[in-house]
Amino acid sequence: MQEFISAFFGDYSVINGYVPLFIFLLVALGFAGGTLIAALIIRPHKPYPEKLAPYECGMPPLMEAHERFSIRFYLLGILFLLFDVEAMFLFPWAVKYDALGLFGFIEMMLFIAILLVGYFYAWRKGALEWA
Amino acid sequence: MELLFFYMFSAGIIGASLLMVTRANVIHAALLLVLTFFFMSGIFILAGAEFLAVVQVLLYAGGIMVLYLFSIMLMNVEVSVRLRQYHRQSFFAVAASLILIFEVWTVLGRGGSYPAFKGFSWQLGATPGNVEALGSVLYTKYLFPFEVASILLLAAMIGAIVLAKRTIDR
Repeated sequence: MQEFISAFFGDYSVINGYVPLFIFLLVALGFAGGTLIAALIIRPHKPYPEKLAPYECGMPPLMEAHERFSIRFYLLGILFLLFDVEAMFLFPWAVKYDALGLFGFIEMMLFIAILLVGYFYAWRKGALEWA
Repeated sequence: MELLFFYMFSAGIIGASLLMVTRANVIHAALLLVLTFFFMSGIFILAGAEFLAVVQVLLYAGGIMVLYLFSIMLMNVEVSVRLRQYHRQSFFAVAASLILIFEVWTVLGRGGSYPAFKGFSWQLGATPGNVEALGSVLYTKYLFPFEVASILLLAAMIGAIVLAKRTIDR
């Protein structure tokens, strides 16, 4: 694989590690786009009003599908963002885990424990509930 | 080869952000912003700043965009799409961007002659290992600021819950 990559892209240290990722991305995009285009070419196209309705049987829609969301989602969003930042700190730790050893493990458990206090606070205060 | 990728990602950033500011539908604009973040993380990878690239995707495209989308969904998007857009600030916007372009041009045009640039080199295709380097310093030398960061996150969490729960309960 490495020779194959070097043959096409030369000896660039950064890019080499990411070429498989890039090829993966291209294949994924190509598959999604290719499927849509192929379906557009192959499928028959005979629309009529009943077929285009969202539900062929059942009651007609009463209001628009776009609705204003509850403010509760926003609180969950903020909590998600904070735990996302925590996950961000876990990433270099996981990469360097071998070198850091037990010291790094204890240190990270302390970090998580402090944030766990916030999690239990949110739980206790009912921030995660819908009632 | 790397220069080709650099131009590709830069063209992606410029194209996606131009599309973003011209959309009338805010949700389309937000999704185009996600696309811009992905191209930017590509630029970071080319510069050897892999940790920044991961932050860009995980935090900005993942976390902050969720908040953006929620705040968009809290308002009546359909009404704002139907409204006629007005550009009363266009004069000031053009003036501000011209000043910004001038500033960037004066700084970059002089190359490395500024004192702040001494000993600083940004090159395409820097050696990887940014994450390892960060990890080996952050969890040993800067242990205390790292643990304090968790207290900061805890304070933000409690503050958000206190403020938001009061609004919801009322």
